[in-house]
Amino acid sequence: MGEAAIEVRDLRKSYGDVEAVAGIDLTVARGEVVALLGPNGAGKTTTVEILEGHRDRDGGEVSVLGHDPADRSLDLRKRIGIVLQTTGVEPYLTIAETVEQFRGLYPSPRSLDEVLEAVGLTDLRDRRVKRLSGGQQRRLDVAVGLAGDPDLLFLDEPTTGFDPSARRDAWDMILNLRSLGKTVLLTTHYMDEAQSLADRVAIIVRGRIVAEGPPAILTGRDRHATISFRDSGDGLPVEVGEAEVEGGMVRIRTEEPTRVLHALTSWATARGEELPELSVARPSLEDVYLELTRDPT
Amino acid sequence: MSGVRLAARQVLYENRAFWRNPPAAFFTFAFPLLFLVIFNMLFGNETIRVPGGETSASTFFVPAIATFAIVNATFSNLATSVPFARDQGLLKRYRGTPLPGWGYLTARVAHAVVVTILLVALVTAFGALFYGVDVPTNTLPAVLVALAVGAFAFCSLGLAMTAVIPNADAGPAIVNAVILPLLFISDVFIQTDQAPEWVSTLGSVFPVKHLSEALQTAFNPFHTGAGFEWGHIGIVAVWGVVGLFLAMRFFSWEPRT
Repeated sequence: MGEAAIEVRDLRKSYGDVEAVAGIDLTVARGEVVALLGPNGAGKTTTVEILEGHRDRDGGEVSVLGHDPADRSLDLRKRIGIVLQTTGVEPYLTIAETVEQFRGLYPSPRSLDEVLEAVGLTDLRDRRVKRLSGGQQRRLDVAVGLAGDPDLLFLDEPTTGFDPSARRDAWDMILNLRSLGKTVLLTTHYMDEAQSLADRVAIIVRGRIVAEGPPAILTGRDRHATISFRDSGDGLPVEVGEAEVEGGMVRIRTEEPTRVLHALTSWATARGEELPELSVARPSLEDVYLELTRDPT
Repeated sequence: MSGVRLAARQVLYENRAFWRNPPAAFFTFAFPLLFLVIFNMLFGNETIRVPGGETSASTFFVPAIATFAIVNATFSNLATSVPFARDQGLLKRYRGTPLPGWGYLTARVAHAVVVTILLVALVTAFGALFYGVDVPTNTLPAVLVALAVGAFAFCSLGLAMTAVIPNADAGPAIVNAVILPLLFISDVFIQTDQAPEWVSTLGSVFPVKHLSEALQTAFNPFHTGAGFEWGHIGIVAVWGVVGLFLAMRFFSWEPRT
């Protein structure tokens, strides 16, 4: 118990009749970067807000750095950094002043220069907050979360609304946090974000964790591969089994890609033909996610 | 103790952020002065009867506009700016840090009180310079007590008010709808000598009139005592305690949905 940064057992929270969190178990080890991945309304934000002490829970046990966040203890607040989904700062102060303001609230803050460096705002330190772009404001949010040199950082959808290059920069920033040895719990609804940043991914759907593990293991669980090539209208050998044709491409989903591929290529070479645009793809995290989040109808 | 230190530090940042927006700061101070000038322009030459003798209407308007300034810088200010910070997520952000919730609100209140003191001093100085109104000397302690109790009460009520303001956009409309009628029935903008009895009685229920009465006595040039109006001050204080209780009970750190 002492080793883990976060321990959650059977966490529950309802809003009226809606069960937003319906029995979540989660452990985050120290120094680990864990992503909660799920569609909007899956219960990600409710879960992290309970862990941050912003929200009461209806049931379950929660330990964050050895504290129950519902107690809102000062010791815990000194050791965590929180980057909320929507949050504000004083618009008329500069970046450096804002970070200084929050640094002053913690017993052993990280140095101003290090904080600005970590989020890539060193060059803009004297700019007023009011004049920052959306992406720059979000970096400042993270800078404020880092100001107290927290052991544990919560990032609630750190890159929502970013353009692709701003997202890449934000990812570098978060990878940088990992190299500093920080424990990070982040929420996202971007598959590639979870896959690139997290040591472990927990997929939340309708208030429950439906799959959990390192991204590679999650995708490895599914032994299917998808073979595809451009349809030439000549039909298919019977051994390949079921295929679907969509947009001029033939797709065969199989658990035996070697056997199917052999049948296909023998069939094509016997006829002296190429299989145009032939590819074999392993499932991506996105496929796993879509499979798991599909409505059970 | 460290909570107190963090709150004190927070006051400095509130203050710095305030002065960084010069147009807002300028009109915060210009607004009550504008009222003082307009009322003096319209009615300043009239003679009014006060306990102990007769004097110019300006002697009435200086403490009246000082009352208006106190209410504006505390009640109206907090009841509109705190929901704004709440909607932006600023309150929630502070709540996740070691700064205690009371520490943040105390810093906001302290900054409002600093502005209030400056405003009352400014209104008094303006009245003395341009309208020949006596600056209270014997009654200065009474002015300061009225100012302190008034600021406490209207800050508490302003924070309590945030509980019924659903969002930042609704703030100014609700605050004006509450405070403007109250100012008119509280002998602040106009004296309600000829008003129906019930209007005057209604005004007496609320704290604005009592703060104004306390300051009127302290600014009366014929007054010979120390000028403490403990009855009026007491009623203002009771409103302050009620406001504080309501604020502590119903204050929300998150946007209302």
